[in-house]
Amino acid sequence: MNTSAIIFMVMGITVICGGLAICLGIAIKNK
Amino acid sequence: MESRGQWGSRVGFIMAAIGSAVGLGNIWRFPYMTASNGGGAFLIPYFVALFTAGIPLLILEFGLGHKFRTAAPGVFSRLNKKWEWIGWWQCAIAFFIVVYYIAIIAWALMYIVYSFNLSWGTNTEAFFYSNYLNITDGPFDLGGLRLKVLIPLIIVWGVTFLVLSGGVKGGIEKANKVFMPLLFILTIIITIRGLTLPGAVDGLNFLFTPDFSKILDGRVWVAAYGQIFFSLSIAFAIMITYSSYLPKKSDITNNAFITAFGDCAFSLLAGTAVFSIIGYWAYSQGAPVAEVAGNGGVGLAFIVFPMAINSLPTMNSLVGVLFFGSLLFAGLSSCMSIVEAFMAGIRDKFQFTRQKALNWSCGVGFIVSVIFATGAGLYILDIVDRFVNNYGVALLGLIEAILIGWFINLESIRGHVNSISDFSIGKWWNICIKFITPLLLGSMTVLNLIEDLTVPYGGYPTNALLTFGVAVAVIAMLSGFILSRFKWAEDTLLQPPKEVKF
Repeated sequence: MNTSAIIFMVMGITVICGGLAICLGIAIKNK
Repeated sequence: MESRGQWGSRVGFIMAAIGSAVGLGNIWRFPYMTASNGGGAFLIPYFVALFTAGIPLLILEFGLGHKFRTAAPGVFSRLNKKWEWIGWWQCAIAFFIVVYYIAIIAWALMYIVYSFNLSWGTNTEAFFYSNYLNITDGPFDLGGLRLKVLIPLIIVWGVTFLVLSGGVKGGIEKANKVFMPLLFILTIIITIRGLTLPGAVDGLNFLFTPDFSKILDGRVWVAAYGQIFFSLSIAFAIMITYSSYLPKKSDITNNAFITAFGDCAFSLLAGTAVFSIIGYWAYSQGAPVAEVAGNGGVGLAFIVFPMAINSLPTMNSLVGVLFFGSLLFAGLSSCMSIVEAFMAGIRDKFQFTRQKALNWSCGVGFIVSVIFATGAGLYILDIVDRFVNNYGVALLGLIEAILIGWFINLESIRGHVNSISDFSIGKWWNICIKFITPLLLGSMTVLNLIEDLTVPYGGYPTNALLTFGVAVAVIAMLSGFILSRFKWAEDTLLQPPKEVKF
């Protein structure tokens, strides 16, 4: 896989999964 | 008196909201939008659209539904008596969407059966158009009913009816708690299978390699906003209805973020699954991915993907069952939410019992959807889809953002949302609703209008576009006006809506 494709794939996963993890963390904390 | 119903848990609401947002478009639209609009670089406008339009609109709809605890017509009526028709217009659009959407789910159900012995053979295109749909020569040549479409159509309507009969907590919530994990598991298995195949890398390169020149193209930004907007079930009454079933003490903002991120996560997963397998197929054919990938949509699911399944070294049938199974579950969870959206509108206004409203909604919906089980079903579906989305959903999103952004005190809605949520949203939200969303949705509508006026959509005859496209879009709007003229039942589930001053 070429480097630029890897960078953007990782960027996409990071933004989405990172965002989801933060939001779920807040939801669990406020439970 | 029968209660409106309420979610049993926060997880149940989130699962149902993600279930509604995750649909067929995540599987067959997102990967192609990405690949054809700059690859990895498309993710930049996509994320900007997510944070400046998708999430703000979700927060707005969740907030309105939660505050007024009624479906879309009641919400708009309470904002301004003269706006009730907009809520009904949203319900009518939801009705016209579900009647064709359910036909595609029926095809997916039939293709699960076909997957067991790969019935589509080597010429998947001929199988789909001739053997399965037995398609006629044009939209006006109905050619009679196709039992292979009608029978699964009846089954899918039956499942939708049964789930919705169970109510909000006992039906929708329970079903989504099964469908959603199952959908993610099926898609993860396909992704793992795809990634372990030779050539998968070529597919992923095709999907993610960035083309930065595209970012400067305004149409790519409009496409990114369109993808986010259509994917999140915004502006056709669903999210307002779902949030109207939230208990008083409920979070709004965090739920909106989780729903949006969950939807995007599934899109990314489905894109990886689809293009890793298409990459393998291209590899096995010795052809570039671009040459075999097609254009997404119905063609991807029922023509390109079966070809790719044929070429797999092992477990062909299993991958077929998993793929069409994921289409089925993604479709069903969205389908339930769409029916619930217009059914709840009817129920709230006319004080029907849930069962009576459901009988009418599913009964009339089924009768109308039978047209998509004829030999001209695919043509009509294609035309209705184009017009209902572009001159229904997108236009309603634009109207919603302008009316609420400019004629309602946004600060009071933000105040309500912030008072009950896990975290607060700042003034950036007002800017998104007031300026960014109308600008982008307005551009999208104008671009689509110019395109449709310049070249007849899909090469269809003008009279077909007028009959199944323009007429349906106009009927949806007129239905909104007509339904808003009826009086609210005196002893309604809610009190007859009073306009609320913001």
